[in-house]
Amino acid sequence: MVRLVENKHSSESKVTQRLPLPLKVYIPLIQHLGKICNPEVKAGDQVSLGQKIASVQAHVAAPIHASISGEVVAIQDWPHPVLGRAKAIVIQGDRRKDEGGFVLRDPQEVNSLTAEDIRKIVLEAGIVGMGGASFPTHIKLSPAKPIDTLIINGAECEPYLTADGRLMVEQTGQIAAGVALIAKCLGVKNIYIGIESNKPEAIKAFFEITGIKVKVLPSDYPQGGEKQLIKNILGKEIPRGKLPFDIGVLVQNVATVYAIYEAVYKNKPLIERIVTVTGSCLENPQNLLVPIGTPIKDLIEFCGPLKDEPAKIIIGGPMMGIAQFTDEVPIIKSSSGLLLMGKSEAKMYDEDPCIRCAACVRGCPVGLMPCQINLASERMLWNLTKEYGASDCIECGICNYVCPSNRRLLQTIKRAKLEVTK
Amino acid sequence: MINNLTVSGSPHIHKPVSVSRIMWTVVFSLIPAGIAGVVIFGLDALWVTLVAVAAAVLTELTFGILTKKKITILDGSAVITGILLAFNLPPQVPLWLPIVGAVFSIAIGKQVFGGLGQNIFNPALVGRVFLMASWPKYMTTFNRPFSFDAVTSATPLAILKEGKVLEHISYLDLFLGKHGGCIGEVCILALLIGAALLLIKGYISWHIPATYIFTTAIFTYIFGGAQIFSGDWLFHILSGGLVLGAFFMATDYVATPLTAKGQLIFGVGCGLLTAVIRIWGGYPEGVSYAILMMNAATPFIDRYTKNRIYGVR
Ligand code: SF4
Ligand code: SF4
Repeated sequence: MVRLVENKHSSESKVTQRLPLPLKVYIPLIQHLGKICNPEVKAGDQVSLGQKIASVQAHVAAPIHASISGEVVAIQDWPHPVLGRAKAIVIQGDRRKDEGGFVLRDPQEVNSLTAEDIRKIVLEAGIVGMGGASFPTHIKLSPAKPIDTLIINGAECEPYLTADGRLMVEQTGQIAAGVALIAKCLGVKNIYIGIESNKPEAIKAFFEITGIKVKVLPSDYPQGGEKQLIKNILGKEIPRGKLPFDIGVLVQNVATVYAIYEAVYKNKPLIERIVTVTGSCLENPQNLLVPIGTPIKDLIEFCGPLKDEPAKIIIGGPMMGIAQFTDEVPIIKSSSGLLLMGKSEAKMYDEDPCIRCAACVRGCPVGLMPCQINLASERMLWNLTKEYGASDCIECGICNYVCPSNRRLLQTIKRAKLEVTK
Repeated sequence: MINNLTVSGSPHIHKPVSVSRIMWTVVFSLIPAGIAGVVIFGLDALWVTLVAVAAAVLTELTFGILTKKKITILDGSAVITGILLAFNLPPQVPLWLPIVGAVFSIAIGKQVFGGLGQNIFNPALVGRVFLMASWPKYMTTFNRPFSFDAVTSATPLAILKEGKVLEHISYLDLFLGKHGGCIGEVCILALLIGAALLLIKGYISWHIPATYIFTTAIFTYIFGGAQIFSGDWLFHILSGGLVLGAFFMATDYVATPLTAKGQLIFGVGCGLLTAVIRIWGGYPEGVSYAILMMNAATPFIDRYTKNRIYGVR
């Protein structure tokens, strides 16, 4: 674990604003871990807000919905923030603000929903883990083993990002209602929310909620990593090669919980999310509510004018986010932040030999020796990398961050992970 | 449309730290001990140090040019080797001695292994031991402090070794460095100031120095006296090269274990070996040999002191 410079001040107190409706959205057919969806519309079709436009018959998948109303103009290859390129449905908006299109579900009816009903609503709403992993949520809600503990992840440990923090402050009651729905699905007894100490407002808000135990966590990276969160809240570890549900635990990110609330109470599928738009190039960082599929250039334009020409654009946070090659790339369900870095921040440094300073060893949150895996990986000694536990790496990036020799540790460790699992 | 975007793997931020920043901080942290050496032994100490540094840097440069690798003299590591070698020499040695020692340190102690990061031993200690074996007379003749002519005096440890009684040396004198010895080892106060800087900066951790000094103290207390449990442990800490070695040489990143566990073992090992050599060995001082022996054991220690991986019992 390491303490990072947080850089959250420029956006943490900015109330979430709705981005004006984009002219065009590019909605990728794959935004989840699992099978790619098939389009259910074709060019020329009119679609309404929230209409299902793509789905697939597969267990590990989540359907996709129109995030604006308008006309489907194409289904084509388009930049994708995670995969580089992927097929996307392009919708030309008609700028109709049909927010009212969703019929609120009667609270009485919500109360009478069974666990199975809730799962079905979550599946139909296309909800996936919005903290980054994009695993379809309905699967997590039907675990193979009994769950006794639910942990809501409100750590938001990546520097710069404030979207979850804002959501916890602005939608506290709604998140609590979402938590109740999950609890009903799983029949859990213990419910925790883990929040880093750097978000006092959110901590205060959740102290008022009964039934959810607030765990204030030190603001250390990667506090929000599933393994670290479970260890620091429950004092137990997920055994190697197992998943949280093997020890009776389920972790859900706050944004996902909010999406569940909206799906159940408002009949609203996952068609928008909060994105923190930030970085040194921006005069005016913001937390924006953005329709899925909006190209990032719309977000940048809205937050303009730019102080500085961006030299690097990252979707996600600075530690685990992905650098983009174009500003045409759209926001997808898992995009929590948009970070614009200037030239000096984008500078690449030369790699020097490892001086065995052990900074990476001390920093690694799972107890690996990154420098050793790096050397073994560079020599393609895959068995040795396995012995050193390469596959336990959670790709948090700390080793790279602390290395005085600028060694590309994570890159070589990722390579080793791939080779080891072959 | 925004053009020319840099695309690289995560993470996208880096801690403000570099090899040269660490190394130059270490150089800086050695300056108080150097000043103390000059105050105590006169300008001879300064010349020996400067000559050693120059020779170390030039040797590094020569290797860089010959092997067509990146020129590394600006990273400060050769400067450190030069300083540490000089700090382990008596102040009045002829000036060719630090030159030979520094060339040997860099060439044989470091570059032969492949340069910074590859060396198995602390380069300065390799140079020192080489000089010790080749020109023992120069290496064991010491000036009396504050007598800037060539009045020689044995070091307190040497006097002790010969079984003579130590006169007129108080703990305070030992602490301040008012006794014969090597240039950079005598003034404990100055060394501790530099060590504090490195500890505060986080560039060294307490594990090796603390266990090293503590183990030496315990062992010399038990076995260092006329009877058991009567050794003068404080004397052993304050004299010779223990403090210099524990904070500045046994902490050399390259030749020490990676994990905290490994470093604790390394420190204890250094402490034991130092005490054994001092009490029963043929030399009055054992710090250099102790550290070198533990350097050799480092790969072995590393293998058996891995950290526990999350989720593995
Ligand atoms: S080895 Fe993996 S888990 Fe450890 S610090 Fe590096 S990226 Fe993080
Ligand atoms: S942080 Fe870099 S230089 Fe230090 S041990 Fe790890 S890889 Fe080597």
